[in-house]
Amino acid sequence: MMTTDNRPQTAKSITTPLSPETIAELRAGDAVRISGTVYTTRDASAKRLSADLRAGTPPITLEGQLIFYMGPTPARPGHVIGAAGPTTSRRMDVYVPDMLSHGVKAFMGKGRRSAQTRNVMQASGAVYLAAVGGVGALLARHIGEATVAAYPELGPEAIYRLVLDDFPAIVADDIYGGDIYEEEWPKWTSSPTAAS
Amino acid sequence: MAKTRELDTSLVSQAVSKLVQEANFALPDDVVEALEIALKREESSRGREVLQMMLDNNGIAADESTPLCQDTGLAVVFVEIGQAVILTGQNLNDAINQGVKAGYSAGYLRNSVAADPTGHRVNTGDNTPAVLHTEIVSGDRLKITVFIKGGGSESVGAATVLQPAAGVAGIKQFVMEAVRAAGPNPCPPLIIGVGIGGTLDAAGLLAKKALLRPLNVANSNKKLDALEEELESAINGTGVGPAGWGGRITCLGVRILERPSHIATLPVAVDISCYCLRRASETL
Repeated sequence: MMTTDNRPQTAKSITTPLSPETIAELRAGDAVRISGTVYTTRDASAKRLSADLRAGTPPITLEGQLIFYMGPTPARPGHVIGAAGPTTSRRMDVYVPDMLSHGVKAFMGKGRRSAQTRNVMQASGAVYLAAVGGVGALLARHIGEATVAAYPELGPEAIYRLVLDDFPAIVADDIYGGDIYEEEWPKWTSSPTAAS
Repeated sequence: MAKTRELDTSLVSQAVSKLVQEANFALPDDVVEALEIALKREESSRGREVLQMMLDNNGIAADESTPLCQDTGLAVVFVEIGQAVILTGQNLNDAINQGVKAGYSAGYLRNSVAADPTGHRVNTGDNTPAVLHTEIVSGDRLKITVFIKGGGSESVGAATVLQPAAGVAGIKQFVMEAVRAAGPNPCPPLIIGVGIGGTLDAAGLLAKKALLRPLNVANSNKKLDALEEELESAINGTGVGPAGWGGRITCLGVRILERPSHIATLPVAVDISCYCLRRASETL
């Protein structure tokens, strides 16, 4: 059975903070290369950041920012950072509304978000980018600077301020309701021979 | 009876420290080979790009001694102890945790263990405690296998106790439900471990142990070998593809282990591994 191949495309270079015009041009399935400053969170720091936002004491300014779900390995001497790939975004879905209400315009991680989260992102004009999981040594080469921005006591779960340099990702959810998973899987499905 | 042999557990500590680093810095040869085969078979260009990144990442990790993945996992340690071995020195469990602590520190690996999981979940700070499975076997050797399991793939595992009437059809359905629910999240192409029989806990252990069989070694049980192929084909038919971005290759292999169960039960456990299956062994 022949299917339309998803031809490799020239990646769009985008720079943070992402302008509304840049976000408007992104479509699910677009390959992107990201440069500029981003902030990381993951389980412990996202929970704490969410609480601090609600308390009115945010440790960082989130307006227009890209949140990268990631907790790196320690940097070896002479290295900027250790392995630094995306973690599963779904676990942080619960904190997305708080991030959006403080101006976050893009999230990056791996895997799929809940339908509810996709809806609130779309309503706020925010995109969800996905990076390849399990290739943290390769992705670390696209990080030019890394400093702890908040919650140093959380160790690998601290909020890091990173400066990305042509960091490869894909647009998973755009602001028009497009979702790469929904669009791609049916193209490659074959009916199982026996197992159901 | 075999002559006994003394083995100081400090040697076990040293081996575990070395193995946790080895496993985190390079994929096993059989996984590399499976990714190369997948790269040839994948029809999606995007899928091929992802598979190529996975292979390139392995080269970079090995060259730089940078971990393959920032999730350097919870260390699951399998120890087969020959019954003629007499362990001396520190308690075996302590020796293994000491090896994990030393290896994670020396290798700049991430500490990813949360204490008090229902409470404050504070990081234990040295990636201990490891999960230890010991087995007494014949002989006078001690074999250590370190299996590094990341949270993203561990969190999509599933276990149940089916009724015997559910049969193989019920097992297939349970495995496929777990894989479909996991979708793109556990870093496909996946390796699926299935444990069947025993009790709920025994099936869970079998599912994890099943992942230790290299991808280029067929199941010696013909019936299970056929079931593995059937499930692999069905999982590849989901279209999820490498990184979940669409494609023909969602699965690098299914590994099944079974054992007798109670006459009233059919326990099944599914242990899902990301493409980045990290294991390393040494025999002392």
